[in-house]
Amino acid sequence: MTIHFVVHEEGDSVGVVVVEGVKAGDALTGWIMEQDKTLAMKALNDIPIGHKLAIRDLKNGDTVIKYGVDIGRTVAPIRTGEYLHVHNVKTKRW
Amino acid sequence: MAMDLSKASFRGYRRPNGRVGVRNHVIILPVDDISNAAAEGVARNVMGTMALPHPYGRLQFGADLDLFFRTLIGIGASPNVAAVVVIGIEPGWTKRVVDGIAATGKPAAGFSIEHNGDTATVMNASRKAKEFVHYATALERVECPLKDLWVSTKCGESDTTSGCGANPAVGNAFDKLYPHRVTLVFGETTELTGGEHLVAARCRTPEVREKFKMMFDRYQEVVNRHRTDDLFESQPTKGNIAGGLTTIEEKALGNIQKIGRQCKVDGVLDKGETPTGPGLWFMDSSSAAAEMVTLCAAAGYVVHFFPTGQGNVIGNPILPVIKLGANPKTVRTMSEHIDVDVSGLLRRELTMDQAGDKLLECMFATANGRWTSAEVLGHREFVLTRLYESA
Repeated sequence: MTIHFVVHEEGDSVGVVVVEGVKAGDALTGWIMEQDKTLAMKALNDIPIGHKLAIRDLKNGDTVIKYGVDIGRTVAPIRTGEYLHVHNVKTKRW
Repeated sequence: MAMDLSKASFRGYRRPNGRVGVRNHVIILPVDDISNAAAEGVARNVMGTMALPHPYGRLQFGADLDLFFRTLIGIGASPNVAAVVVIGIEPGWTKRVVDGIAATGKPAAGFSIEHNGDTATVMNASRKAKEFVHYATALERVECPLKDLWVSTKCGESDTTSGCGANPAVGNAFDKLYPHRVTLVFGETTELTGGEHLVAARCRTPEVREKFKMMFDRYQEVVNRHRTDDLFESQPTKGNIAGGLTTIEEKALGNIQKIGRQCKVDGVLDKGETPTGPGLWFMDSSSAAAEMVTLCAAAGYVVHFFPTGQGNVIGNPILPVIKLGANPKTVRTMSEHIDVDVSGLLRRELTMDQAGDKLLECMFATANGRWTSAEVLGHREFVLTRLYESA
């Protein structure tokens, strides 16, 4: 089974696309590495390899969790399967 | 089934001070920028030598000068170096560098240019360099226990695959080396921002934790003093962002994967400082690849693990840099730079344990003499860290 994205831990808000050429509408399979589980999701945007998608709905101002830890805050609402990067997430540090 | 390291050994060069190197360089070390030409002249004359030109060594003072001497002497003192010719514009600082290196018991000789000129200096230094090459090439590798290997790590051009694949593969290897009393180090102080609490929690004693926090806060203070509103474009870098990393916190959490899950942080080092015992050390250091790797070389580390995401091509003149990558696009488009391909991790074709073993196999091959990609491709980035302006 092809893995299209990986998630560090159950409870994270994001997954990382690990294949090239993900397009909007693609049905994706994700692998949660820590718990060794899989999950299915639809991509809402084209997402380059190495870039992230939200795996749960996030409100504006929510904390984004990856590795089970805070990696920043959203600056726009983000839907499940949507591309998540510098346009909708910012650091809390600088 | 993880690799059995209990009786592992490698073949290295045991130096007069007992440390073990995996390379046998004769280096021509300029004390200052204006001695680069003479140093390069000697390296052109004498086969088997390597000049290490750099832009500094004039009018530095205080803590910045201390770091400069610590770095230069540390490079000469590295067990990967058999012998050193030092060339400086004047005899005082030249002698200071020579004496620091000679304290290890290895051959070191100094030459100064004032009142001699480049031509005579190159001639005299070339005669000594030729002697040193004969000395070095007569040395033989001997069997050494694994604990004599000092291994450093720093990642570069990271992307999200670094945190999922290449960095935890280093962490897996570190977790396997640590119980065998190998001397390990990580650093990149600013690139712990957002994960500093996790490193603090891994410190072995409250004293180590306090020292770590002091070093971390000291570096944050430097960043804050000079910060402008474009910092988020420098850290993470443009390359990191292009690779999918969004914030410094995300980058830091990926970075920290390199110290594995079991290792404790046994001690804290200032920049280029030599550790005093085995275990995992944190070194306060720049997050710029060539600076950090040069500081590891100066601290006495002899093999380096360098995970990359987007494809950093760095090497070092005396410290073999082993590159590993998990990004399938990078290992395809930049295969000549990647020593260990762990992209199978992201396809579930390779377990983390297997990836760690693959890296360790490459480590032993490198320690026994096989050149890394960076060595074959001539990457010799020698970059000294500066703290502030010259006097």
